[in-house]
Amino acid sequence: MSQTSVLYDAPGPRAVRRARIGTALAILAFLGLAALVVLRLADRGQFDAELWNPWVNPSDDSFSAVWGLVGRGLVATLVAATLAIVLALVVGVLLGVARMMLGNRLRVPVVLWIELFRGLPVVITIVFVWRAMVELGIDVGPLPGDPALWYLVIGLTLYNSVIIAEILRAGVLSLPRGQREAALAVGLTNGQTMRTILLPQAFRVMLPALISQLVVVLKDTSLVAVIGLGYLELLRRGNQISQNLDNPIQSLLIVALIYIVINYSLSKLAEYVERRLGQASGSSAGNGLDAGTAGSQAA
Amino acid sequence: MRFTRTKAIVAATGLALSLAACGGDDGSEPEVVTDAEFEAGTTMAELAEAGSMTVGTKFDQPGFGLLGLEDTPEGFDVEVAKIIAGAMGIAPEDIEWKQATSDIREQVIEDGEVDMVVATYTINEERAQRITFAGPYYEAGQQLMVNADNDSINGPEDIADNPDMKVCSVTGSTPSEQIREYLASDDQLVLFDIYDKCKDALGNGQVDIVTTDNVILLGYVDGSDGEFKLVGEQFTEEPYGIGIEKGDVEFCEFINETLADNEDAYVAAWEATAGEVEGTETPELPEPAPCV
Amino acid sequence: MDPVIDNLDLYWSGFLRSLSIIGWSLVGSLLLGTLIAAFRVSPVASLRAFGSGWVTVVRNCPLTIVLFFMAFGLPELGVNASFYLFGVAGLIIYTSAFVCEAIRSGINSVSAGQAEAARAIGLPFTLTLTQVVLPQALRATVPPLGSVQIAMFKNSAVVGAFGVGGDLYSVGRNLTSAQGFSYIPVLTGVAIGYLVITLAAGALLAVIERKVAIAR
Repeated sequence: MSQTSVLYDAPGPRAVRRARIGTALAILAFLGLAALVVLRLADRGQFDAELWNPWVNPSDDSFSAVWGLVGRGLVATLVAATLAIVLALVVGVLLGVARMMLGNRLRVPVVLWIELFRGLPVVITIVFVWRAMVELGIDVGPLPGDPALWYLVIGLTLYNSVIIAEILRAGVLSLPRGQREAALAVGLTNGQTMRTILLPQAFRVMLPALISQLVVVLKDTSLVAVIGLGYLELLRRGNQISQNLDNPIQSLLIVALIYIVINYSLSKLAEYVERRLGQASGSSAGNGLDAGTAGSQAA
Repeated sequence: MRFTRTKAIVAATGLALSLAACGGDDGSEPEVVTDAEFEAGTTMAELAEAGSMTVGTKFDQPGFGLLGLEDTPEGFDVEVAKIIAGAMGIAPEDIEWKQATSDIREQVIEDGEVDMVVATYTINEERAQRITFAGPYYEAGQQLMVNADNDSINGPEDIADNPDMKVCSVTGSTPSEQIREYLASDDQLVLFDIYDKCKDALGNGQVDIVTTDNVILLGYVDGSDGEFKLVGEQFTEEPYGIGIEKGDVEFCEFINETLADNEDAYVAAWEATAGEVEGTETPELPEPAPCV
Repeated sequence: MDPVIDNLDLYWSGFLRSLSIIGWSLVGSLLLGTLIAAFRVSPVASLRAFGSGWVTVVRNCPLTIVLFFMAFGLPELGVNASFYLFGVAGLIIYTSAFVCEAIRSGINSVSAGQAEAARAIGLPFTLTLTQVVLPQALRATVPPLGSVQIAMFKNSAVVGAFGVGGDLYSVGRNLTSAQGFSYIPVLTGVAIGYLVITLAAGALLAVIERKVAIAR
C-alpha cells in the first residue's frame, strides 16, 4: 500500500474535497443498493424470525442441534483439510525433489504425473479417486475413520501435492545459484546439497505459500457437496440444516461467514509469517511471492 | 413360498392416524425378532450373525429419507429398512445408514458398500441388469408441480407448447429421463442434485415446473402455504423396489415375505412419515414382482 | 472406453459448452478484476474499502457457496436470469478477486520512479494508471494472471452442478447416472477434455511469458 500513494499527488484542498465528495457518493450508492437488497429480502420474507431463530435465538428448539451439527461439520472440514495438506506436503516434497534430482529420462514420468494432476479440475480428481477406488475394489477400510473422508483426502492430496512440488521447485530455483555451487565446492554430494543447503532455505521462502495453500484446501473440501460423496463437512451440514428448517439463504449465509472468518485468519497468518521471514532474511522479496500466492490461491 | 396375507383396509383412516402419529415415533418402532434362524450361507444368515447391516438411503428426500437435525435419517424408506432389518434380529440402532444418491445407487450395491438400498428406487429393466430388486413396496407415479397461478400447464403435453418454461428435476433420476420426451428441447430441463433446490427455484421464479414422483411433490405442496399445486394425472408408474446384490434371490424372497408378514408395521411406517402429508393415501402393499 | 466413443457427440457438445463458459468468464473476470484493482489503489477511500472488502469476502468463500448465492440468492432479490448466466457470473465474481490481487501485486512491482515521472510531467491519476503503470504492471502480472485463469478453467467444472448443465462434467455425470455407465471410462473421457483445455492453455501461457520476458 505504501507505493499506491505514488500513483497520485498528495491531494490539495480541491482534490481532498473531490475525494470527499466521491467517497460520499460511493457510500450513498452502496447504502442505496444495500437498502434495496434489504427491502427485497424483507419483501420475500427472508427476515422472518422462524428462518433465523434456529441460528440466533438460544431458546429456539433447534438452536443447540443446529450449532452442534455446524460444529461437527467444521471439525470434519478441518480434519480433512489438515490431513490433505500434511499428506500433500510429504508427497509434494518427494515429487519436487524427484523432479529436480532425477536424470533427464527418469524425470519424465514425474513430470507427466505433475502435469496430469495439475491440469485436472480437483473436483474431477476427487470423483475419479472415489469411484475408481470403489470400482476397482481398493479398500480404504484399514485407515481410521470414514472411507468417504479418505476418498476426499486422497483426491485433494493428489492435486495439492503436485502444486506443492511446483512451489518447492520455484523456491529452490529462487535461491541464489551460489548456494548450490558453494555446497558442491566444499564437497557435499548432490543429495546433501539438496537436503542440508537448498531445501531448508526453500522451505523458509515457501512457508507463506503453504499457508495460503491451506486456504485452497479448506475451500476445496466443500466440493463433496457438489459430487454427492457422503462426507458430512461444513457445507453439507449447512445443507442438511436448511433442508430440515427450510431456510437455505440463512443457513448458507452463516456457513459462508464461518469459511470467510477462518480463511481470512489463515491469510493474515500467511502475511504475518511472510513479513517475519522478510525481516529475518533482510530481503524485500515480498512482491514476487505475493504474485505467486495470488496465483496458487485461485487454484 | 408364502404369499398369503391379509389386506388391511386403512385408506379412509389415513388422515386421522397421521395426525395421531405427529406426536412422535413411539409405536412405529418395528419389531426386532430375537430367534431368527437362516440357512447357512445366505445373506440373511450372514447379516443376522453380524448383528448389523449397512443400508443405503436418501439423506435429502423429505418424507422418505432425510437426515434430521438429530443426525439420523427419517422417512418411509428408513422405516421399511428397519422392518426388514428387524426380521433378521437387527435393531434400528445397529443399522449403519449410508447416503445413496440417485446417481450412485447401482454402484454402491455392486461394490458391496451397502447390503441393500431403500431410496425411492424405481424398478426398471436397465437397473435390473445390474442389481436385483425386491418389492415393490410402494407405487408412485410421476406428476408435475407448478406455481398456483400457473394456468398454462395442465399436464405433461403442455410443456412443449410453452418452450420458455423450465422444468426442474434431479440429475440421474428416472423422472429427469422420462420427462425428456415431453420437452420441446433439452434446454427446457434444469437439473440439480436434490429436489429441494428445484422447489426453491420454483418458489423464486427460476423454473416453472418441478417434476418427480407425486408423493414427493405432495410434501412440497403441503409445506408451501398454497404457493404450489399439482397438475394433471400421474403419467408414469414408479414401483419403488429395494435394491440388493444381483442374483441374491433368497434375500429378495425373504424381503418380500417380511414385508407381507408385517403389514401393520408397514402401514404404521407410512403414517408416521410420508403419510403425514395431506392428500396422500395410505398404500396397500403391492403384489411383489418375481425375484430374479 | 465404449461409453466415450459411443457418445463422442455428447462429449463434443459438452466440450464446447465448457469452452463457452470459460470464454465468457475469462473476459468478464479480467474486466471486473481490473476494475476492482483500480478501486483498491484509487484515491477515494470508500472505493478502496469496497475493493478490499470484495477481495476478502470472495477470496475466502468456497466457489460452491458463491455459485449457490448466484443461483438461489439473486432470484430472491428479484433478479431472474438463466442459470447459465448466473453460473458464468459466479465464476467471474470468484475469479475477479484473484485477478485483482494479481494485478495489484503487478502494480506494486512497477518501480515508484515510473509513477513519479508520470506525475512529474503532469499526468492525473487516471492517466498515470492507464498509460504508464497498468501497461507495465500487466506485463509483470502475466504469469500470475495466467495461473489464475487456468485455475478458473478448472473451476468451471463446478458450475454445472448449479443448474447450468450441458458442460463437460455434467455430460459425464449424466452418462454415469441416468444411463448407468461405469465411472472409470466416462470420467476418463471428461478428464481428457479438461486436460486438452488446461494443457493447451498452459502451453499458450508459456509462449506469452517468453515473449513478455524478452520485452522486459
